[in-house]
Amino acid sequence: MSILVYIEQAEGDIKKSSLEAISYAKALSEKEGGKVTAVALGTISSNALAKAGSAGAEKVLHVADERLSAGIIQAHAHVVASAFEQEGANTLILAKSSLGDAIAARLAIKLNAGLVSNVVELPDLTSGYKVKRSIYTGKAFAETNILTENKILAVKKNAVDLKTDGEEASVEPFEVNLPESDFAAKITSTDKAAGDILLPEADIVVSGGRGLKGPENWPILEDLAKALGAAIGCSKPVSDLGWRPHHEHVGQTGIKVSPSLYIAVGISGAIQHLAGVNASKVIVVINKDPEAPFFKAADYGIVGDAFEILPKLTEAIKVIKE
Amino acid sequence: MKILVCITHVPDTTSKIRFTDNNTKLDKAGVQFIIGPYDDYALARAVEIKEQTGGSLTVLNVGEAETDPTLRKALAIGADEAIRINSFPKDSLFVAKQIAHYAKEGGYDLILMGRESIDFNGGMVHGMVGELLGIPSISPVMKLEIDDNIGKLARELEGGKEFLEVKLPFIAGCQEPIAEWKIPNMRGIMSARTKSLQVVEPVVDEVFSEVVEYQLPPAKGAVKLIDKDNVEELVRLLKGEAKVL
Ligand SMILES: Cc1cc2nc3c(=O)[nH]c(=O)nc-3n(C[C@H](O)[C@H](O)[C@H](O)COP(=O)(O)OP(=O)(O)OC[C@H]3O[C@@H](n4cnc5c(N)ncnc54)[C@H](O)[C@@H]3O)c2cc1C
Ligand SMILES: Nc1ncnc2c1ncn2[C@@H]1O[C@H](COP(=O)(O)O)[C@@H](O)[C@H]1O
Repeated sequence: MSILVYIEQAEGDIKKSSLEAISYAKALSEKEGGKVTAVALGTISSNALAKAGSAGAEKVLHVADERLSAGIIQAHAHVVASAFEQEGANTLILAKSSLGDAIAARLAIKLNAGLVSNVVELPDLTSGYKVKRSIYTGKAFAETNILTENKILAVKKNAVDLKTDGEEASVEPFEVNLPESDFAAKITSTDKAAGDILLPEADIVVSGGRGLKGPENWPILEDLAKALGAAIGCSKPVSDLGWRPHHEHVGQTGIKVSPSLYIAVGISGAIQHLAGVNASKVIVVINKDPEAPFFKAADYGIVGDAFEILPKLTEAIKVIKE
Repeated sequence: MKILVCITHVPDTTSKIRFTDNNTKLDKAGVQFIIGPYDDYALARAVEIKEQTGGSLTVLNVGEAETDPTLRKALAIGADEAIRINSFPKDSLFVAKQIAHYAKEGGYDLILMGRESIDFNGGMVHGMVGELLGIPSISPVMKLEIDDNIGKLARELEGGKEFLEVKLPFIAGCQEPIAEWKIPNMRGIMSARTKSLQVVEPVVDEVFSEVVEYQLPPAKGAVKLIDKDNVEELVRLLKGEAKVL
């Protein structure tokens, strides 16, 4: 029996969410036995592959086909299905993401595997195979029994702690003959904000709302984010108004985040916004209106003017980071 | 062009979620149901594409009779006909198998769905249907043009987007800003009454999983307020008490 982990890469490095998925698989293997193998696709540096070992993988299957550096859904699903069969695996773990979802769905059919998405904890194996997942955009959970022999879990951020002290993993080249039909959807170009901390991956998220008045005021939020090493998010009106790009929009109809710390500045806390952030461990709200609904969902709050508070907060953070 | 749009019937985004029957069922008391917001984007874009290319637009839901008003609303927004596959949507595999069976028979050129349902948020049904039909499925799609028989799409990535070209037929899981939500007008509502809403029985009864119990998150404690002139106190608490810095 073995557990396979699908690894996503970005510019030759393994994404942090995928390392967390490996640590999840490792913790699962400690519960139910079996070894953890990761499958990595495309051009990835050997330094990056070594991180898979630290996170808990025993073995890495590497398909060094350059075409697969991009997230070509059907081709990736094909490779993972072959690896699953070769390894005699019965469980596939991957990080919840837009690519991960697409791969997981196709594999559920290919492998005849029961699939549960938005997994927030390790499964309960005492009777059957019970997995806890987040539903209704974080407003509730469902304990779900998987009924099939093969299983796929798409894991949310912060479901387990990232492991960094694993042994070295053996890296084996892996080859799959991919038919042209796997490349039917052609990626013509990509447009990526380089170097930014990715919102769904970030441990700390700093988010701005309409209370910041205009895009010209974002630098004070960016300063705070920089001091914290945080990613930047926003409310829906902010992206609708074109102040910030759409991929920063957090909430029911945007990105759902589950960082350790979420700091909301000038956001009222409408239920649709809360839906995207209530899986955060700690929430801090800064708003000049003491009646803002967001305070009810917050752990810590400051009532006051963001333009006054943010620069002071940034300075105070810098002091402790020194 | 033949377009199929798959819609969910879900609690309004402002709904308070509660459960009944020993936490095995959603408590529907006081809950208003809507077309899933992402499905609404898919429908809006489908109406626009149909206006350009001509052809037909079918909406489909896997659900029980309570979803009929939601399908009628989709007809009022601009779909030509509606199909309801008459069953409780047991899990994503179950739903995907029904849709795939129906879609194969219907020979659709373009199948639009939402990026994800807002009840179970799986984001899985489009990929499963794509695999069952052996066609590409792309999600989340924020821009979609049909040029002859080629779809030109923008897909959102974490931290950016990618642009793709793919030949029909394919599936797209839609999100904003693919189109603006459409509100039905009087004429739409009147004509929806006479459009066909066909009810068919499910073809397969196969599930992967079953929900044992629903749970609500533990209630949040009261917020700790910190004076605006003492931000250092907040930093101290985040580091010492919450241990997140
Ligand atoms: C179907 C549907 C889906 C939706 N999905 C989402 C979603 O995914 N994400 C989302 O965010 N919204 C979503 N919304 C919109 C949501 O209902 C709210 O309208 C939105 O979240 C409000 O954004 P906001 O808090 O930035 O703006 P506002 O509600 O205008 O709030 C601004 C806040 O800033 C405060 N403020 C003003 N000046 C200052 C200052 N100087 N210093 C400090 N505070 C200040 C104000 O007190 C106020 O609380 C959705 C709505 C619908 C109907
Ligand atoms: N019961 C259903 N009936 C019709 N379409 C559905 C149903 N469930 C999901 N879908 C479609 O599949 C998309 C993704 O759903 P999900 O995988 O549940 O997040 C939705 O946005 C719908 O377009």
